[in-house]
Amino acid sequence: MSEVTLVVNGRKVSGAVEDRTLLVHFLRENLNLTGTHVGCDTSQCGACVVHVDGKAVKSCTMLAVQASGSTVTTIEGLANGADLHPVQAAFKENHGLQCGFCTPGMIMTATDMIRRHPDGLDEATVRAELEGNICRCTGYHNIVKAILAASKTMSKASKSKANKAA
Amino acid sequence: MTEHTPNLKAAKITGGVATDQRHDSAHKHVAGTAVYIDDMPEPAGTLHVGLGLSNVAHGTLKNVDLSEVRSAPGVVDVLTYADVPGENDVSPSGMHDDPVFAQGKVQFHGQPIFAVVAETREQARRAARLAKIEYEELPAIISIWDLDTEKDKQVASPLTLTRGDAAAAIAAAPRRVKGRMKLGGQDHFYLEGQISLAVPGEDDEVTVYCSTQGPSETQHLVAHVLGVPSHAVTVEVRRMGGGFGGKETQANQCAAIAAIAAKKHKRAVKVRLDRDEDMTATGKRHDFAIDYEVGFDDEGNILGVDYIFALNAGFSADLSGPVGDRALFHCDNTYFYPNVHAKSAPLYTNTVSNTAFRGFGGPQGMVGAERVIDEVAFAVGKDSLEIRKLNFYDPMGAPGDRNLTPYHQKVEDCIIQRIVAELEESADYARRRREIAAFNNNSRFIKRGMALTPVKFGISFTKTESNQAGALVHVYADGSVHMNHGGTEMGQGLHLKVAQVVAEEFQIDLDRVKITATTTAKVPNTAPTAASSGADLNGMAAQDAARQIRKRLAAFAAEKYQVPTDQVVFLPNRVRVGNQEISFNDLVKQAYLNRIQLSAAGFYKTPKIHWDRAKGRGHAFYYFAYGAACSEVSVDTLTGEYVVERADILHDTGRSLNRAIDIGQVEGGFIQGMGWLTTEELWWDGKGRLRTHAPSTYKIPLASDRPKIFNVALTDWSEAYEPTIHRSKAVGEPPLPHGMSVLHALSDAVASVADHKICPRLDAPATPERVLMAIERLRAEAAPKK
Repeated sequence: MSEVTLVVNGRKVSGAVEDRTLLVHFLRENLNLTGTHVGCDTSQCGACVVHVDGKAVKSCTMLAVQASGSTVTTIEGLANGADLHPVQAAFKENHGLQCGFCTPGMIMTATDMIRRHPDGLDEATVRAELEGNICRCTGYHNIVKAILAASKTMSKASKSKANKAA
Repeated sequence: MTEHTPNLKAAKITGGVATDQRHDSAHKHVAGTAVYIDDMPEPAGTLHVGLGLSNVAHGTLKNVDLSEVRSAPGVVDVLTYADVPGENDVSPSGMHDDPVFAQGKVQFHGQPIFAVVAETREQARRAARLAKIEYEELPAIISIWDLDTEKDKQVASPLTLTRGDAAAAIAAAPRRVKGRMKLGGQDHFYLEGQISLAVPGEDDEVTVYCSTQGPSETQHLVAHVLGVPSHAVTVEVRRMGGGFGGKETQANQCAAIAAIAAKKHKRAVKVRLDRDEDMTATGKRHDFAIDYEVGFDDEGNILGVDYIFALNAGFSADLSGPVGDRALFHCDNTYFYPNVHAKSAPLYTNTVSNTAFRGFGGPQGMVGAERVIDEVAFAVGKDSLEIRKLNFYDPMGAPGDRNLTPYHQKVEDCIIQRIVAELEESADYARRRREIAAFNNNSRFIKRGMALTPVKFGISFTKTESNQAGALVHVYADGSVHMNHGGTEMGQGLHLKVAQVVAEEFQIDLDRVKITATTTAKVPNTAPTAASSGADLNGMAAQDAARQIRKRLAAFAAEKYQVPTDQVVFLPNRVRVGNQEISFNDLVKQAYLNRIQLSAAGFYKTPKIHWDRAKGRGHAFYYFAYGAACSEVSVDTLTGEYVVERADILHDTGRSLNRAIDIGQVEGGFIQGMGWLTTEELWWDGKGRLRTHAPSTYKIPLASDRPKIFNVALTDWSEAYEPTIHRSKAVGEPPLPHGMSVLHALSDAVASVADHKICPRLDAPATPERVLMAIERLRAEAAPKK
């Protein structure tokens, strides 16, 4: 057993876990953060993506002990209170979901993708970078649309913020 | 209590029928608060299950030593067939051939033999590996390709459809072609795997939270396995993380195992299959071997056709009989056959028992039809699209007699001509056809191909008793509405559509209608949510319930205010009674105070349909849904790799209840159909082991596989020929076969290497390997003989 301590969605949490406990199980079972899903059990479908120190990570590929000391954001921590994060809002607005099971992972991947491309995204990049996230329902059309829309909103918002700062 | 302030001046309610509403759970999906079964808080002391699966495809169980399993850490119990209190059977067909746990013999690699019940899932799964099982291996049949459709074992009785004299017509035809096609199966790959959580109740009672498309059937089978009446078992599901047919019958085994363990140990028990186990131990879309012979004239008019649809049922019947039937029901696709003979053969093999998958054999039937069209087109040297159009059923309202299906139902609502004409125009078919020819002339290695394929899909269960539905609607004294019906939500937006129907009936805003979990305790004896029928059936049942309550409200208002009933009119969020308007909420409150019943059970059964299987005749479908797709691909002829450059789809959902939801179904269905026919390859080795049992090796389409240009539209002019719910049409399955356009576009690109002189006979899935082999074969055939 190991003691892990991390900041999850802005809250400091700790717990004793078996060394082999995966981060996803720690989040779901110890912290009841069940918005992060397990789809394929083998690090391929991306339903379990969370942010570890700001970067998208498949939480079924990482041990809880590896994440100790890190800051983790899950789908539950993305919104600002009642206000959805722009990526969440875009998925909702653009019908970027059907059964919804892959959605949290898609949104976490998309948020990281947009962060890494602050000047905006094109469709080819979105489609290529989304290869680690599987959706069986939508055919991806509205998911790609949602990410492009969110990227546009967020780069506008960051530009207007930058302009104000200047 | 929060006071609700409705808009009493509104000209229209928000969220009625024929409006583009967002999925009712969209907000929860994006916030991570939508609860799937694995997300529910587990009752204290919940136990977990790991399955022990067969390691051989066929054999007798000589010795099953589970002693090490029992003594492993955390293990509470190990269940085998001997622990089943009722029948050791979850056969949905009543054939008694689907054991919960193998008894005496195993019939496929991956068949459950025992279940470990442990304190944690990890412990249960680890312990399951410690079993020592001795088998006496028996010869195993892994593939249907070489089986005899007359002599070899079938799991259900085959169907034959006959109209006219196909053999004579083929013999007398000026031209004839005969061939065989291999068509692969498909794993559902729902993102949420099979899962059940059983919570024991008092006496013989148990509640099973189960990711199932057929709660009533799950209930009945759990009762059958426990040996208790159905009234002791409640099955509930709020939502599934995808179903696609894979949770129509395949959910039952996990539900049964969870229930047995929960009752035995008086603790909650969860069964969640690991992805590899899910893919190994649960059924899939049937792979087919299709034999065809067609007689036609020099113009390309089909005169007679003969089909044998052999399907790989796997080790048990499950739904294989009806799946084979539906393949035959769709072997005509949109084409009139003057003479036809078609038979199915659901063949026994030592592989997992195949099951429902979006389309239920229909897509396989259509793929056979489109292969025949291709054969005719190459034989007479015309564009396949010309041959398609030549052989279409007569359009709706036309005086002709080219409208009888192979099962003797008259096609009365055919709109395929208009759909294809509009799609040819919007996709710019003729110009692109010329451009592709020019491109191919100038491109040595990359070849382009294009195809436009039509779809006609029959709507109704062919099992007549499944065409019924129930709903339960309550109006509470504050005017808010609780809606429940027999359909299940798997992402398709069914609950939303039914809620729109209820909102429309009461003329209240959509947010006043509460969507609730499907449960056998509220609506009994329901059909599975399958056959695309969810909104058609449950929408009608919910409408019936709402209308009963509305009538009572109207009668009450008429009496109270002393006006004729026809002067009670339901307006948005209010009711006009004579000359005055009362808010819906106020009227409901008054009705409650006057002891008016504000709850109703609704019911619907599809009219008109009948089917005589023995005779192969009937009005099997209430109506048909239509559509067409045009896809263009580019193929690297050195490697067989390809890209879908563009896809255009025009699809008919009648007067759509919700276009946004329907377009999503068309997009998703097309991509899923494309995956089935291109990259998704199920591969069993000689020992009957499925070697593609995870997304590492089983390739469903990714975002990068989507067509570069993707235009999807709904016909805005069509409406259902029959009085369906608000004249809308079913949308779940019909778009899936649009994936055929990609298979045929690939075939067209392949054909270009032999100057379009040889039919490529490209089998499916058309993986890059298979495309490359077809290219090599055509090049060899086209080469001048030495």
